[in-house]
Order: sequence, then structure tokens, then C-alpha cells
Amino acid sequence: MIELDSVMLSRMLTAMTLIFHIIFATVGVGVPVMISIAELIGIKKKDKYYSLMAKRWARGFTIIVAVGVVTGTAIGLQLSLLWPSFMQLAGKVIALPLFMETFAFFFEAIFLGAYLYTWDRFKNPMTHWWLSIPIIIGGTLSAFFITTVNAFMNTPAGFDVEDGVINAINPLAAMFNPATPTKVFHMVSSAYMTSAAILATIAAVTYLVKRDQEYAKRALKLTVTATLVFSISTAVAGDLSAKFLAEHQPEKLAAGEWHFETEEGADLVLFGTLNDDNEITGEIRLPKALSFLAYGNFDAEVTGLDKIPDDEEPPLFIHYFFDLMVSIGMFVLLVSGLYVLMTYVKKWNPHNKLMLWALTTIGPLSMLAIEFGWVYAEIGRHPWIMRGFMKVAEGATTSPNVGAMFLLFFLLYFVLGIGTLVVLRKMFKDHPAEVELEHLYTEVGKGGER
Amino acid sequence: MGYEYIGITVLWVFLYGYLIVASVDFGAGFFAYYARRTNKDHIMNKLISRYLSPVWEVTNVFFVFFFVGLVGFFPDMAYYFGQALLIPGSIAIVLMAIRGSFYAFESYGSKNNSVFMFLYGATGLLIPASLSTALTISEGGFLNVTDDGVRLQITELLLSPYSWSVVLLAIVSVLYISSMFLSYYAHKAGDKDALSLLRKYALFWSIPTIIASMTVFIAMSQHNPEHFDKLFDYWWVFGLSVLFYLIAVFLVYSEKLYGFAFIAVMLQFFFAFFGYGVSKLPYLLYPHVTISESVTPDAMGLALVVAFIGGLLLLIPSLVMLMRMFLFDADYIKGNK
Ligand code: HDD
Ligand code: HEM
Ligand code: HEM
Repeated sequence: MIELDSVMLSRMLTAMTLIFHIIFATVGVGVPVMISIAELIGIKKKDKYYSLMAKRWARGFTIIVAVGVVTGTAIGLQLSLLWPSFMQLAGKVIALPLFMETFAFFFEAIFLGAYLYTWDRFKNPMTHWWLSIPIIIGGTLSAFFITTVNAFMNTPAGFDVEDGVINAINPLAAMFNPATPTKVFHMVSSAYMTSAAILATIAAVTYLVKRDQEYAKRALKLTVTATLVFSISTAVAGDLSAKFLAEHQPEKLAAGEWHFETEEGADLVLFGTLNDDNEITGEIRLPKALSFLAYGNFDAEVTGLDKIPDDEEPPLFIHYFFDLMVSIGMFVLLVSGLYVLMTYVKKWNPHNKLMLWALTTIGPLSMLAIEFGWVYAEIGRHPWIMRGFMKVAEGATTSPNVGAMFLLFFLLYFVLGIGTLVVLRKMFKDHPAEVELEHLYTEVGKGGER
Repeated sequence: MGYEYIGITVLWVFLYGYLIVASVDFGAGFFAYYARRTNKDHIMNKLISRYLSPVWEVTNVFFVFFFVGLVGFFPDMAYYFGQALLIPGSIAIVLMAIRGSFYAFESYGSKNNSVFMFLYGATGLLIPASLSTALTISEGGFLNVTDDGVRLQITELLLSPYSWSVVLLAIVSVLYISSMFLSYYAHKAGDKDALSLLRKYALFWSIPTIIASMTVFIAMSQHNPEHFDKLFDYWWVFGLSVLFYLIAVFLVYSEKLYGFAFIAVMLQFFFAFFGYGVSKLPYLLYPHVTISESVTPDAMGLALVVAFIGGLLLLIPSLVMLMRMFLFDADYIKGNK
């Protein structure tokens, strides 16, 4: 039985907040890219459909951003409230990116305000388009900064400890620690991919319910192509992340792959279950593939859990999260690749029922992959909160009231989640694209749109 | 000058900035709700939403900046305040989350929903009240520090006259600052009806503001005599604050120079806030944390200061752009854009 002490409850509350926040953060990072592309195409091709697409996405985006901001504020404060000892120690070394992140937020918030309220204020539409660039930069930079903090927790760098006292602090070395490049690349790429996939899902549903099909076709073409590009870069980044783990955090890779004995030419284990003696049954085994995944060489030696002290072994169930993440990645890549292929071969109809149904799944699935990936990465760091320096239990608050706060926040996220869904639904159901487009044209006729 | 002084100055300036912009925002929420209840919403609410829509997110970032910077420059604060503030801090987060998201829901989604309006108005007063407890606690006397950790003594907090006087001051100053700003904004927008209503609110709330300020002084003399004595070393700062208060009220009373009146309000709070801050040094938290003992190591201090300067170079031009687009663009304010 798991004991619900304040350490466990703090972990649960942190996990809940992050799992909720990451949904909105991901969309917050990725969707501006898509809005910007659509607006640019609309201007260059003088195609009203694309301009409308940018506007509609931006409108939904405001709601997501609002929830992203408030849940982000929550997690920012909770880090100090729930992990005071960790923040006291880590703050001395890794405060820099956290601090810079607030500037990125500022930057993004300012230009977002400017962007949303000035659609038709400028004579040259390109002026308005330029306002989208700082939003993209701000969002992506904030993802970069926060991910460096998380990377630091996995591979702390940039300081020395002597008799329990931290010295020789180098904030830049802490920020650009060994985990930073792969983590940031994979994180940002998967956020772009997921955002494109979610918009593709929406377009596919619109097409399927036979509304606004002209609009939906264009939206599908743009979003699915983007999904394909970003899912390829996500897979590349994921492969690099695995190679990073093999070198710097072998215990996480070994636990994720159920790799018990250090050996050359290690097999890759897909799915399966563990029995009481930690023997794997019902798995799919790819000979020597793990060595290849980890080092790009089928005969390389991969560190197994036998080299890891027992009390530093991450939980073994993270295996499933890893497998699910990778499976989703492959599925989305295949579906979007097939669709793009079909649009190029004249004889095929990319808008057949089966294809559209498959496309409706890629958004939610990608979001799940993000969640699975984080659970794998975060729980795979256990028992450390700062790998090698501080265990999770040492970082937590000792306050006895974490349980009540967990319930409070559960309620909050529940209400916010429902509210978001209701408002978004209302927003788009009441305003179909076709109606809006007609509206646009008539108003243009009258000399000026809003 | 060490990093502790640079750090605390930067943070205090941002907290002051938050105090002003957030008060405008919080108070506006309350007035919007109040106007709705008294059927005056047609006069005011358009004005309020035109100001608030573009800037609420920026307001929130001021706050985030403050607490992230506080933990950055003074990591020990994470340890003491983190443990002590779990409950009040969480409540404040929940209120702010409800406010921010429901504001967005209401203004981009379902218009004129009265539940949303109520939440928006009520949180406008509850948030300043809950945030002000952090300042109260920093005066000392409410924490129990042992080897097991830091505990907040909630009963003592709830029974303390000092604590309540601060809450009162927070609420009335929010309404005062906000109505002063909105009067100015209504004046700029040339909205006569809204102006005459808001001007009345402003004059009305100026009276409890000065009373509540005096009450805090008196309660402080009981609660933390050491700090109270030091307040007196800076009596002229508080004198200036009162002077600007009188100027502001006089200008609004005589229906003149609304812009200057609001600047006077800002100066009034500037002097009061910095007088309070300076007299409290070197303590961040009586008597456990001082700025010089808790300051982050030099290497990090330097990095934060450099990042701050770089950040400002980026921010100031963008903020100027935002203000010119919305706050000081006469056409926008009047609703022509
Ligand atoms: C759309 C989401 C998505 C998809 C399709 C994938 N990943 Fe992923 N993965 C993430 C989303 C993600 C993530 C949420 O962004 C994580 C969590 C922490 C991180 O840095 O990225 C992550 C972590 C993560 C890690 C752990 C990194 C670490 O802890 O430092 C590895 C080894 C991989 N991934 C590998 C892959 C591979 C080989 C994939 C094959 C296609 C893959 N991922 C697809
Ligand atoms: C946003 C995506 C993220 C998700 C979904 C996520 C998920 C999780 C989960 C599931 C846990 C609980 C693990 C456990 O204790 O069983 C956790 C713990 C934690 N995470 Fe993350 N995480 C994310 C990003 C981050 C980042 C960027 C940071 C650092 C700034 C961070 C800091 C922490 C801390 C301090 C803990 C508690 C210590 C621990 O249990 O390991 N997380 N997170
Ligand atoms: C790696 C996962 C994360 C990503 C990609 C991410 C990204 C974002 C984004 C994009 C926003 C702003 C929403 C918007 O304006 O579009 C945001 C808000 C915020 N995030 Fe996260 N975040 C992550 C995890 C965290 C963690 C672990 C923290 C805690 C340190 C955090 C703290 C914040 C704060 C304080 C805000 C609100 C800022 C504001 O008021 O504008 N985020 N995050």
C-alpha cells in the first residue's frame, strides 16, 4: 500500500498540476506557429479561407492561453509551496532560466494582446502578421527556459558541493547542462506536432459532419502537412533523447526498456508483462535493437539495472509509458504521411471516410503521447528530485495540509477543464465558418471589416 | 552595493507595479459587478472591458515576475514562505485562477453571464485580501520555526488586529486606485456619464483609504514596535504620501486634470510603499530572514542582474507599444477602433 504522507501527496499534487498545465502549455507553444503560417498564406495567396482560419484559431487560442497562464501561475507558486527545500537548494543554481522565463511570458503576453485586438487596424496586412513572430518567439523561449530547469533536475551541472555547502556556481553551465539539447529539441518539436495534430483533428471532424467542407479541406491540407513535418522531427529528437539517456542517465533507459543485465547486442523489449520474479512474458523482442537505439550500433554494450544500486532504481512500470509514446509517434507519422501522399497522387481521394476517421484521432493521441512522455521522463528520474544530489523525500514540504490542497486543486482543474470545453464548443458551434465568411465578404463590400 | 540591494530594489519596484496595475484590474471587476447589480452597467462596462481586455495577462506576469524573482534572489524565502504559506498561497492561486480564466470565458465566450460576473467581482476583493497576508506574515510573530519545519499559526493570524487592518487597507486601496484610474480613463474617452459615476466612487473611497492607512500604523505599533520605530525615521516619506493623496483628491473633487490626479495617486502609493519597504530593511521576514544572509551567491546574483537588464531592454519598447496602441490611443479608447 502506498502511504499518503506529505511527500506522496506533494508528488501527486505536482503531477496533477503539471499534467493539466502541459495540455495548455503545449497548445500555447505550438498553435501560434500554425496561426502565423495560415495568416501568411492567406495574405500571399489572397485566400480569405486561410485568413479566416488564422482568426478562428486565434480566437480559440485566447481561451487556452488564459487557462495556461493561470495554471502556470499555480505551478510556479506550487514549486515553492510543495518543494521548499528543493527550491532553496536549486534556486541558487538554476534560478536564471526561471527568471528569464518571466521575461519571455511578458514578451508573449504583450504581443498577444497587441495581435488579438488589431486584426484590421493596419493598412498593410503584413504589419499585423509581423506581430505574430514575437508571440512564437516568446512561447518557444518559455518552453526552452522551463525545459532547461527540468533538464537540470535530471543532470545537475554548474556547481560543486563541499560538506553540504554549494559553491563554484556557474548559472550558464547549469542551464546548458547535458540534458538540455535533446530535451528542448524533443519538447518543442512535440509541442508543434501536437498543436498541428489537434487542429487537424478539428478540421477532420468539421469535414465529417459535413459543415464548411471547402474551409475544412484547406485546413486539413495545411495542418496534416505540418503534423507530418513535425512528427518526423519529433521522432529524430526522440531517438537523440534515447542516445542521451544511454550515456548520461542509463538507469532511466534501462528501467524503461526492462533491460536487467548489462550486455552487448541488447534486445529491445516491446510491451509484455513482468511476473513476480521480474521475468518478462508476452513481449515482442527485437534482437539487438536496443543497442542500436542507444548507440547507433547493433553490438554496443548497454548498461542494465544490475549496475544500478537497488535503492536508486526507477519504477519499472514506466516501460508502458515509453512504449505507448513511441507507438503513438509512429502511428501519427504514418497516418499523416499517408494523407499527404494521397493528396499528391491524383487518383486517390484523401478525404475518404477511413482516412478522415484516422485523422480525427491524431490530435488527442498526440496529446496523450506528451503526457506519457512526461510521466516516463519524470517518474524515470525517481528516486531523485535532483539526480545524484537530493532525493524526492528530502525536497518536499513537511506541512500536514497537502491532502486538503490536493482536493482543492482537483476541484479547480475540474471546473477549469469543463469551463474550457463548454466555452470552446459554444464559440465554434454558434459561429460556423461559412457564415463568418459570408459576413466577411458583405462587410468588405460595405468598405471595412471588423 | 551588493546584489541584495539591487535585488530587493528590483523586486520592490515590480511589486509596486503589480500593486498599481492589479488594483486597477481588481477594482474594475468589482465595479463592473456592482454596476450590473444597480443597473448602471450600460454606462460603465464597455469602458472597463476596453481597458481590461488587452492587458489582464500582462498584469498577471507582474506577479509571476515578483515571486520568481524573490526565490531567485533570496532562495531562503522559498524555504520559509513555501512551508508557511501552503494554505493562504493555495487559496490565492485558486482565486486568481478562477478570476483569470472566467474573465476569458466571459469576454471571449459567453457574454454577460451573471455567474461569471459575480465570480469576477468577488475575486477582485478576495485576492488582494489573501495576498496581503503574505506581507502581514513577513512582520513576524505568526510563524513557528522548529527542526521539523516552519508552521503558520493560523489562529493567531486570524485573531490579530494588525492582520485585519492590513486586509482592510488592501481592499479599500484597490477600490480607490481603481476608481481613480477609471475616472481618468473615462475622462479621456469623453464618456461623461461614466465619468460622473466613477468620480463619485473615487471620492467616496478616498475616505476609508486614509482611515485604513492610519489604522495600519496604529496596529503596527502594537504588533511590531521595532518596525514601527523605524517607520518614524522615514516620517517625511509618509508625509509626501499624504501630500499627494490630498492633491489627488482635490483635483478629482474640482473636476480638473484627471491625468495628474492619477499620477498623484501613483506617487501617494509609491512613497507609502517604499517608506514601508525601506524601514523594514534588512528584514525580509522578521526575525528569521534578512536580505544579506539569504541573498543568492554572487555568480547567480550577477547573472540575474544581467538577465534583468537584457529583459528590460526588450520589454520597455514593447510595453510602450502596447500602451500607445490601447491606453493612449484616443480613437481606441473612444471605441472607434
Ligand atoms: C507528441 C509527443 C511525443 C512523441 C510522438 C514522442 N515523444 Fe518522446 N517525449 C515526449 C513527447 C513525445 C515529451 C512529452 O516531450 C518528453 C517528456 C520529457 C521530454 O523532454 O520530452 C518525451 C520524452 C522522451 C524520452 C526521455 C527523455 C529524457 O527523459 O530525457 C525519450 C528517450 C523519448 N521521449 C523517446 C521518444 C522516441 C524514440 C519517440 C519515437 C517516435 C518519441 N519519444 C515520440
Ligand atoms: C509540463 C510537463 C510535465 C509533466 C506532465 C510532469 C509530470 C510530473 C509527474 C507525473 C510527476 C510525479 C512523479 C512522481 O513523483 O511520481 C512530476 C514530478 C515533479 N516534476 Fe514534473 N512534469 C513536467 C515538467 C516539469 C518541469 C519542467 C519541472 C521543473 C521545472 C518539473 C518539476 C517536477 C518536480 C519538482 C516534481 C516533484 C518531484 C518528483 O516527484 O520527482 N516537472 N512531474
Ligand atoms: C515543459 C513544460 C512546460 C511548458 C512547455 C510550459 C509553457 C508555458 C506556456 C507557453 C505558458 C503561457 C501560456 C501562454 O501564454 O501561451 C505557460 C505559463 C506558465 N507556466 Fe508553464 N510550461 C511548462 C511547465 C511549467 C512549469 C514546470 C512551471 C513552473 C515553474 C511553469 C510555470 C508557468 C507560469 C508561472 C506560467 C504563467 C505565466 C504568466 O502568468 O503569463 N510552467 N507555461
